[in-house]
Amino acid sequence: MSTSSPVETAGAATATYVDKRLGSNRFLGRNLGKVFPDHWSFMLGEIVLYSFIVVLLTGTYLTLFYKPSMVEVLYDGSYVPLKGVMMSEAYESTLNISFDVRGGLLIRQMHHWAALIFVAAMVVHAFRVFFTGAYRKPREFNWLIGVALLTMALAAGFTGYSLPDDLLSGTGLQIIRGILQSIPVVGTWAAFLVFGGEFPGTDIISRLYAAHILLVPGLILALITVHLMMVWTQKHTQFPGPGRTNDNVVGYPLLPVYMAKAGGFFFIVFGVIALISGLVTINPIWIFGPYTPDQVSAGTQPDWYIGWLDGALRLMPNWETVVAGFTISWNIFIPSVVIPGILFTGLALYPFLEAWATGDKREHNLLDRPRNAPVRTGIGVMAITFYGILWIGGGNDLIATAFDLSINSLSWFLRITLIVAPPIAFIVTKRICLGLQRRDRDKLLHGYESGRVLRLPHGEFIEVHEPINYKELAVITSKTDYSPLPAPEKTDADGVKNKKYLIQKIQHKISHFYYADDVKKPTAAEIEAAQHHAAHDAMLEAPLHEYEDADQISTFHGGVLHHPGMPETNAEQVAQQENRSTT
Amino acid sequence: MTDITPSGHSSDHGNQPERLGYSPVADIPHKPRVTDIDPKAAKRAERQVASMFLLSIIFVILFVVAFVGIDKSTAIYIPVLGVVGALQVALGFTMGVAILLIGAGAIQWAKKLMPDVEVVQQRHDMNSEPEAAAEAAANYQRGKEESGFVRYPIIRRTLIAALALFPIPLIVLLRDLWITPPGESPEEELSRTAWHEGLRIVADGNFQPIRPEDIPVGGLVSALPIDIMEIQEEEHNLNARGKAAIILVRMDPDQIRSQQGDNWDYQGILAYSKICTHVGCPIALYEQRTHHLLCPCHQSTFDLADSGDVIFGPAARRMPQLPIGVDEEGFLVARSDFTEPVGPSFWERS
Ligand code: HEM
Ligand code: FES
Repeated sequence: MSTSSPVETAGAATATYVDKRLGSNRFLGRNLGKVFPDHWSFMLGEIVLYSFIVVLLTGTYLTLFYKPSMVEVLYDGSYVPLKGVMMSEAYESTLNISFDVRGGLLIRQMHHWAALIFVAAMVVHAFRVFFTGAYRKPREFNWLIGVALLTMALAAGFTGYSLPDDLLSGTGLQIIRGILQSIPVVGTWAAFLVFGGEFPGTDIISRLYAAHILLVPGLILALITVHLMMVWTQKHTQFPGPGRTNDNVVGYPLLPVYMAKAGGFFFIVFGVIALISGLVTINPIWIFGPYTPDQVSAGTQPDWYIGWLDGALRLMPNWETVVAGFTISWNIFIPSVVIPGILFTGLALYPFLEAWATGDKREHNLLDRPRNAPVRTGIGVMAITFYGILWIGGGNDLIATAFDLSINSLSWFLRITLIVAPPIAFIVTKRICLGLQRRDRDKLLHGYESGRVLRLPHGEFIEVHEPINYKELAVITSKTDYSPLPAPEKTDADGVKNKKYLIQKIQHKISHFYYADDVKKPTAAEIEAAQHHAAHDAMLEAPLHEYEDADQISTFHGGVLHHPGMPETNAEQVAQQENRSTT
Repeated sequence: MTDITPSGHSSDHGNQPERLGYSPVADIPHKPRVTDIDPKAAKRAERQVASMFLLSIIFVILFVVAFVGIDKSTAIYIPVLGVVGALQVALGFTMGVAILLIGAGAIQWAKKLMPDVEVVQQRHDMNSEPEAAAEAAANYQRGKEESGFVRYPIIRRTLIAALALFPIPLIVLLRDLWITPPGESPEEELSRTAWHEGLRIVADGNFQPIRPEDIPVGGLVSALPIDIMEIQEEEHNLNARGKAAIILVRMDPDQIRSQQGDNWDYQGILAYSKICTHVGCPIALYEQRTHHLLCPCHQSTFDLADSGDVIFGPAARRMPQLPIGVDEEGFLVARSDFTEPVGPSFWERS
């Protein structure tokens, strides 16, 4: 650098000043050039982060005007229809924010829209992570943090939804009270402690407020920090493609491209939320009216992410048992405590279950294409189907009215579908994945069908197969072939009893379930043979130059066919790692 | 930054940084962009980006103008949106566009003018180097020995016990989240409502006492105890209302198939709790032809002509009935409190 502008000089001076005190250049030197892979689906996590920042900013603004109090006051603000109505101060202050504070409604709606986008983006982000297998070693901890974040996000949404103390949100709280009371043994006391006595009491709003503005966001912030630090140290995964392997990261450096794109994207998300909030009304609490426990409006709907729990409550048969003078409300406890408990536990444990069942101990930095993990993809689609039916159940009254069906038969239909549809979804998804695997294999062997038909000299018609391009080749060859774990022996060679026989047997069964149908990638020899077959095609038309040397294909394009020195099995990789750490 | 190498072809134009050392995967074709080749296009992109930032500034000014200039009660009609608050829409629009343009400018800048060549970095296994692992183990060992954690089993065990117990005060302190009135339990509070013998029933809304003839056959009236407002003033909460709310329905006495007690109706007028026995939503959806009461929350359906029994939906318990009669002035009154708890089930009830 020959000349430097005043900005650069000042920048360098500042960097030095800070570095002398914090040693920051050590970090910057290592990290300003850090490479981030690019893919549209990696922006989902960013949307979550940015909408959370918008939630924090707008929420702070709202705290300046909102009063978390259930004291009854007479409304005298500028919204005419409610003038002279008794209401809680919480509701009154929310009306004031909406009608008397300039821009208050905008901020309220931005807060709500950003919260909805936050949860929605989080769910889709989790799907992306699930279906690509990004949660596999070494990223299992980050998956766990993600599940905790999802739980916290639901808590944040629900506590916030309740704060305006309008008729809708109060009804939601009433349902929560009923759910708490259904917990065996401690439920009644839990409800009384949470509400400070009977429902609705006068404490719940200020308690929810403490949770909503301090406890939950504090936890979310802490968890997000750890989440992102882990993404940073572990480096982001990448989709397979030319030049991309399990051992490298291909993408743009943090400075300047990634920073400009990610930073710019923050403003896009922020701006879009502001635009939507300016134009589209959400949660018009003035229409619902203040909360009172003896009023309800028909067709009430919770925010979208609570809908599935409401659906579960609706679809559950009305079982209740009285044992020794004590009541267990299965009809409430199962759908609102047991089922969500099982789902979230399953979600949290899935990476560990899968790794155990398949014996997969490798590090995975290259993402799976969903088709290459048919059972995982099937399980995901199954869960989505289950969720979707519960969600539809949450709107069964609206659907029944809209299509003029009887609620009764619709509920029965949904109850049966809830049990039957998920397994069907699993089977269908798995079949589709295997079909796609087979097509990939054919493409590797024969190229793709170009659609051009040739007439050979002796009159036969053939369709010309063109070689697939280098990008697709790299993507397809990235598939890792897995085999089921071997069946365990009851006794070893020396006749000693295998103590772990039973557990290994289960493991063997599950890994069989995962991988037995896997369509293997062609070997180099198979590709070669296929090329000979295609030779007369090739002589007539396109030379299959891409396939000249199968060995070279894989090394060159970062595939995992026969990459010299690359572990092909778990055992090999583990052995290599151990070698590396002992030598 | 030694391990950074471009993965695409390098090109000689000025935008692409010079980096040494190609990785073996560098031979991926890379097409230069128009802005890489044509200085005029690059200049155009530069102007585009700058105008986006400039427009953003203008929209911020417009935001302030709208904030000051538009009255908050002005409503305007906008196609699709309908009648909306002018200030709300103006503020949202100007703020949204101002922020959006910063983002759009930055991304345009990155896409058109910053290098678009992907680079490669190597990953390293996540586990630590053997020396670091050995050092950690050595330090742990030293700590274990110096502290005597193993040597002093009594200290160790008492410490573990103390740590296990120390959260107890924090949990005990939560007990007074509900300051329990003397002699009360949740069970008792949930089992009692404001109703008692001779208490007049008033219509919700106008709080007027009700005569039997005020309710036509097929009609439904939401009602409360006459003293509900006094109780609310005294207790400063809506708890009593949440339990005492009832509905009155009148049907042809011949159509009443059963009741929860003998003659708990008055001339075909039946009083039921308004609070759903499922999880507590108030109910007022009544189909007079079938005498069915439908809960709007989860569609539990109760047959009011048949003791309020559940005929469909997730609720497990019938709707509690309140025995009613008239006082000497001919107004409807309760003949007692409910004889079973109203609202959602709970563990202690049988
Ligand atoms: C407050 C909520 C969350 C925020 C702010 C957040 C943010 C992010 C960001 C910015 C990334 C990197 C970019 C990307 O891959 O999209 C990321 C990666 C990741 N997230 Fe999240 N996330 C959240 C919730 C979740 C949830 C609910 C899960 C799963 C249950 C999850 C699991 C992961 C995993 C495993 C990675 C590493 C992915 C990889 O390297 O490919 N996160 N997160
Ligand atoms: S509250 Fe009435 S059905 Fe659930």
